[in-house]
Amino acid sequence: MGLKTALFAEHQRLGARMVDFAGWLMPLHYGSQIQEHQRVRQDAGMFDVSHMQAVDVAGAQAVDFLRYILANDVTKLNHGKALYTCMLNANGGVIDDLIVYHQPAGFRLVLNADCIDKDFAWLQQQAQAFQVELSRQDLTILAVQGHHARAKTLPLLPKAIQAQAADLDYFFSTAVTEGWCVARTGYTGEDGFEVMLPNTQASAFFQALLKAGVAPCGLGARDSLRLEAGMNLYGLDMDEQHSPLVSGLAWTVAFKPDNRNFMGRGALEQQKQQLEQKFVGVLLTERGVLRHGQNLLQGNEIVGEITSGGFSPTLNHSIGLARVLNEIDACEVDIRGKRYPIKIVKIPFVRNGQSCLSL
Amino acid sequence: MTPIPADLLYIDTHEWVQVLEDGTAHIGITDHAQALLGDLVFIELPAIGEHMKAGQECGVLESVKAASDLYSPVAGVVIALNDGLIDAPERLNSDPYAAWLLQIQLDDSHALDSLMDADAYAALLANE
Repeated sequence: MGLKTALFAEHQRLGARMVDFAGWLMPLHYGSQIQEHQRVRQDAGMFDVSHMQAVDVAGAQAVDFLRYILANDVTKLNHGKALYTCMLNANGGVIDDLIVYHQPAGFRLVLNADCIDKDFAWLQQQAQAFQVELSRQDLTILAVQGHHARAKTLPLLPKAIQAQAADLDYFFSTAVTEGWCVARTGYTGEDGFEVMLPNTQASAFFQALLKAGVAPCGLGARDSLRLEAGMNLYGLDMDEQHSPLVSGLAWTVAFKPDNRNFMGRGALEQQKQQLEQKFVGVLLTERGVLRHGQNLLQGNEIVGEITSGGFSPTLNHSIGLARVLNEIDACEVDIRGKRYPIKIVKIPFVRNGQSCLSL
Repeated sequence: MTPIPADLLYIDTHEWVQVLEDGTAHIGITDHAQALLGDLVFIELPAIGEHMKAGQECGVLESVKAASDLYSPVAGVVIALNDGLIDAPERLNSDPYAAWLLQIQLDDSHALDSLMDADAYAALLANE
């Protein structure tokens, strides 16, 4: 335990409060989570997410392999496009969620730190039936997010990748160039980049971004930003017991073409016929904070539960994601034995610095 | 880290007590407590007139990270609340030793006997 990223010394130097996350010592915040959150919404912030793991997939059957193990369909990808997808077990439960980046030499998967050991074992086991090579990449991953993130990052990238990075459309990545790969993806609901780079160059890049006025941000702000953006967190909003269909991720499952046989397809086809729950955004207009695991009630019946919750600095209210029975359009939440009415609202809550709700 | 004020008394649940000239006391949370909690976003306080036993839960502090109980370090009756904090809980983070939460009429003069002075509280933190 206590794994350190290549930027550990930088976090310490900045006085970050470090916490254990999936065995890694990661910054929770550098003073104020709310200020970091607002810097990303208004300007630009950066997150060390090097605890996430990149796995490259190459070989003659890389496409066939990924079409079998991923619920979304990588044949949608060409010329550097990225794809968000779940990796399912045979029951349709979610082993992990990930982004696949299309590369000239194959594909790069970026997986959750908490899941990487089981993910990699699963990938290796499933890969036995295919001509593919899997290789784990030990990289620094720095997410630079916010309205000004791209403009502040571009001049600091290696010359060889600058032009490619400047031309990226949303949800595309560059080819790996001199060990660097820049993607226009993120987990905040803002524009920006996720930059994968060699560990040896991490500190210099981080310091250059600091100098350019990019705020260092911790995992705390990363969580409140993704929640406002209505993005799921693995382990809370979906897991091996909850399929994408009851986790607001049906849009990531490619049932077309009908003849693509992917892991978990049979189970999902069955589930689709009898879905009793929906996945929604919830808003608490009274004081208090929604948290994972709180029950939703109508009368004396439990009709759902909060899968992730927190305080929204943009809306100045607590928000959450929840799984509830289909017919429910109004209910109450139980917070430490007291009941408060909650509103069911559309996801996302915030995009590009602006609230999406009319409060 | 903000220095631990010498004129306050402390308890191991990280609240402080300031005895005022009229013998009543202000209750707040320490710098260590606010640092552990992270940014405070909501607070829930007891009603004026409520009687507190020493060590009794008397409110809830909700931070970005978690909900945490507030304990009364002393026995007595709540005579005032710092209402301004309800709309500005961030003052608990920025100035924890000025942002008092409750004012308490102490039950008796022994109410303070079990509390720590600043040196003892500093020693407790050093051991955590």
